[in-house]
Amino acid sequence: MRAVKLFGLILLLIGFILFNATFFLARYKLTPEVIESKISEGPSRDLFFQTSTEMQGQTFATSFSFVTELRKNFEAINQEQISNYGITQEEVFDLVARSGKQFTLASVDSLYLGGDEASEFKKKAWKDYGGWLEGREFLSPEELQTQLEGVVNNINQYAIINQVGFDRYQVKDLTYSITKASAIGPVASNPLLFLFLTIGLFIIGALTYILPKLNLLPGIKNNGIFFNAMKNTGWLGILTGTWLIVFYIILYFYPEYMTNWVIVVDPVSRVLNGNEAGRFFLYGFIYTLCILVMGVRMIIHYRHSKYQILRTYSVMFFQTAFAFLIPEILIRLNKPYFDFKNIWPLDYSFFFDSRINELVSHGTLGLFMLGWGVALIIIGVPVLVYFFGKRWYCSWVCGCGGLAETLGDPYRQLSNKTIKAWKVERWMVHGVLVFAIVMTAGVIYTYWTDASWFLFFDSYKLREVYGAFIGAGFAGVVGTGFYPLMGNRVWCRFGCPLAAYLGIVQRFKSRFRITTNGGQCISCGNCSTYCEMGIDVRWYAQRGQNIVRSSCVGCGICSSVCPRGVLNLEVKEESGRFGKPILIGNNHIKISE
Amino acid sequence: MKHIVIIGNGISGTTAARNIRKRSNHTITIISSETDHFYSRTALMYIYMGHMKYEHTKPYEDGFWKKNKIDLVRDHVTDVHPKTKSLTLQSGRSIEYDILIIASGSKSNKFGWPGQDLEGVQGLYSYQDLERMEQTTKGISQAVIVGGGLIGIEMAEMLLSRKISVTLLVREKEFWNNVLPLQEANMISRHIRSHHVSLKLESELKEIQADEKDSVKAVVTKAGETIPCQFVGLTVGVSPNIEFLKDSGIEVKRGVIVNEFLETNIQDVYALGDCVERNYELPGRKNIEQVWYTSRMMGEVLAQTICGNKTKYEPGPWFNSAKFFDIEYQTYGNVANVLGSSETDFYWEHKSGMKSMHLVWDKNSNQFLGINSFGIRLRHECFDQWLRENRSITYVLKHLAEANFDPEFFPRYESEIMASFAIKFPHAELNPRLA
Ligand SMILES: Cc1cc2nc3c(=O)[nH]c(=O)nc-3n(C[C@H](O)[C@H](O)[C@H](O)COP(=O)(O)OP(=O)(O)OC[C@H]3O[C@@H](n4cnc5c(N)ncnc54)[C@H](O)[C@@H]3O)c2cc1C
Ligand code: SF4
Ligand code: SF4
Repeated sequence: MRAVKLFGLILLLIGFILFNATFFLARYKLTPEVIESKISEGPSRDLFFQTSTEMQGQTFATSFSFVTELRKNFEAINQEQISNYGITQEEVFDLVARSGKQFTLASVDSLYLGGDEASEFKKKAWKDYGGWLEGREFLSPEELQTQLEGVVNNINQYAIINQVGFDRYQVKDLTYSITKASAIGPVASNPLLFLFLTIGLFIIGALTYILPKLNLLPGIKNNGIFFNAMKNTGWLGILTGTWLIVFYIILYFYPEYMTNWVIVVDPVSRVLNGNEAGRFFLYGFIYTLCILVMGVRMIIHYRHSKYQILRTYSVMFFQTAFAFLIPEILIRLNKPYFDFKNIWPLDYSFFFDSRINELVSHGTLGLFMLGWGVALIIIGVPVLVYFFGKRWYCSWVCGCGGLAETLGDPYRQLSNKTIKAWKVERWMVHGVLVFAIVMTAGVIYTYWTDASWFLFFDSYKLREVYGAFIGAGFAGVVGTGFYPLMGNRVWCRFGCPLAAYLGIVQRFKSRFRITTNGGQCISCGNCSTYCEMGIDVRWYAQRGQNIVRSSCVGCGICSSVCPRGVLNLEVKEESGRFGKPILIGNNHIKISE
Repeated sequence: MKHIVIIGNGISGTTAARNIRKRSNHTITIISSETDHFYSRTALMYIYMGHMKYEHTKPYEDGFWKKNKIDLVRDHVTDVHPKTKSLTLQSGRSIEYDILIIASGSKSNKFGWPGQDLEGVQGLYSYQDLERMEQTTKGISQAVIVGGGLIGIEMAEMLLSRKISVTLLVREKEFWNNVLPLQEANMISRHIRSHHVSLKLESELKEIQADEKDSVKAVVTKAGETIPCQFVGLTVGVSPNIEFLKDSGIEVKRGVIVNEFLETNIQDVYALGDCVERNYELPGRKNIEQVWYTSRMMGEVLAQTICGNKTKYEPGPWFNSAKFFDIEYQTYGNVANVLGSSETDFYWEHKSGMKSMHLVWDKNSNQFLGINSFGIRLRHECFDQWLRENRSITYVLKHLAEANFDPEFFPRYESEIMASFAIKFPHAELNPRLA
């Protein structure tokens, strides 16, 4: 058994090392074909061809040098366009001289008589960006000049880059897609082989490592957890956490460097949706595999508990079918990408104009999806939480929860149980909920009114900040990267706005509670230690009080690890849920308050 | 406002302190020589096995005591002077009290075996015992445990978690047969063996042999067998920890003698928890009860008395629980290892050999007396009520499903149990389906 486990571990390590090596295993060469396939036809493409002639001949040894060079190209093009189309200080003086104290667009027309492309561009830009000054009278020419300089600034900074250059979103997308397409080397020519050598070996190794656990008798097997360098924030845990954090940062913020990893899963993507893989396909693929492989571990680990087994099957199913396969198949069928189990505000972009427009444009199916999403928010959540507790989502359906309960299970004991952490948690998670609501309100307001300014915020800026800090930073980098450091539910506990919403319902209107068994608690602390949400379960159990906490995700692990059979997740009539603490067994003491 | 001094920061002393604090403004001091803060003794095994760290076993955060104005003193009480109402501590310090509560717990038994004080021989009761065990079991491969009780089985599980092979010497015919009826004792014995413990039944310790460095080398049983080992766990019960009281004038026998108000023979001195011996009988209960729950209940009761609501210690029906490796055990009421003359019983065991239920009732009145349950969790509340209401065995069986406390989706066995009951007791008046 030891030998088999060791063999598994070695395979797993080889897979992991090769996966990391793959990151560097490419050279890069920009070809005209790549440019043609990635940049759509037009003046921008021509410009790019011209500027990048030097680069096209070269082979780059790393993605870093290639990306740097690529960025220089975009930068150069933008500079060039600014000098071609930019409005000069002389032109401003000229305009002021023509206008005196009152500005009219007629004076602009009279300034640019050339009829060439640049003049036309400038005329249009003045109209778009300075139209609001039309006819205004200022106290002095100097004042007008200040106003005009403001307009020029906007034109030079945004109009030119947006219209005849490459704006930062384009640069980001193109850098990524061009880098990916320019990769040459063993991985690019044999993606399937590398799929097997990296992710494939990793999975085979992991399963070989996990399956011998079947030889142990069923039951709670937490031996050695707090001596383990991986599970007790030892060097291995810190290393793993660091790797995960770096992975997420690259994934969300620097995807152009990880294109070789994405190439590895291209074949899978082609099979499923017919297109080459994007970085989020890679992510979804690995994510699903983690849930499946570690789900097997979870099932073996808790195979004496039907509750744990069914719950794990459930998250494995919802991740594989709902989060991974169905959306890919929808894309293959030219339908909008849609994860039927993702719910706003966890799915924070649900109300974004781009997504609503996409759904609306897909007719009945799109409208159904829109209605389904809204129904989940206003009917699904409250009704199901009323009958089952928030666990129906958090530990049976949700993808984040699914990962936490499988990949994250070995780290559940690392959650902080102090009262202070509980305080921080309440402020933070509800703060994020408020943030999500305000952000979404802004989005919807902008959608209806076309005005970007909402209350005191720029709604575009707001959604961008939310996406970067909450969507990527918190949910991804911290959420998973911190598993080995602060436990497997950092995001769910401190950051998830949907968990906050589900929690409010669970706290105030639900039939769910964890009951304690009379006077049987021996205060051992297993329940609190293994509660991933950092709930001090023992505090309630040892005084005979029902556990009714908004954060409880109903994983049932407290009940599983309790050596005295004290805890039970129960759904009963609402009355009596907040009963007084009662410890049975003592004749004269009814309430130990 | 009085100064209440409590000797011992275990569950009994701590419960008393907490409940006194809730009801009064008295000054409260808890003295203990074991640890700075209250921790759960029952979780000692989990620290050794790496399930938890010491700090996880503390039921209250360290700031709790200060916030609740409960002073903690880490020291050992060497003498109690009821005449001057004061205590002498090991450090030389003296503390005065208005009310003294003795909650000094138990200590492990030793029966004068040759070699019992050798290096590598110990019991398991205190945190210091655990630290010693941690030291002496480093790198060893064989251990012998003497005594088949609850702490013995925990020690076996602890050692196995460190890949140390274990031989368990048990005097009885089956494991814990002095408490459990033979059927359950046999089932647990089988389970223990399935964990590769070498379980030696009906065998007793004769002596412990030393190597040249005065460490344990082997044990010899009364049957003459020599078992090599580097560690010996002595888990042959515990007895009240009361030496420091011997010159105090406080009446002691095996434990500190108390009446139903937990008063000792001396005014303003009370005792509770493991260290007491009741001077009055409670039906179906021994006069010294060394379990967590009774210690806690005594703490609850005494707090009432001290805060002016004089209350008798009258525990309800007996209950207890334990875990033998992977099998959980719960008991309610009284199921003795040998049936009483007017008792009769029904035993059901699941084919897996991991679950069983044993019900006992009065032959003449059919009154239900107690249940042992293995591998199936039962609801304390139900059995407490049924025992208090003197329900019949038929009633209990009929309502057995209500008392199930297993998690959702767990297989249920009530109908199997009832069916097998009906075969054994076909007469109509006992048939729960007809009742
Ligand atoms: C390993 C183990 C597992 C157990 N498991 C269970 C279980 O599962 N279920 C169950 O019901 N029971 C169990 N028990 C028994 C249970 O722990 C005891 O019944 C309970 O702890 C008794 O509490 P107490 O407050 O009376 O005394 P204790 O917990 O023993 O506390 C007494 C304290 O007083 C201190 N003290 C004593 N004398 C002095 C002095 N002179 N000066 C200063 N300090 C002093 C001691 O150091 C100790 O800290 C277990 C016991 C052990 C050892
Ligand atoms: S509820 Fe169970 S696990 Fe939690 S402290 Fe009590 S006995 Fe231990
Ligand atoms: S209280 Fe229990 S069920 Fe709820 S989250 Fe914590 S461990 Fe899971």
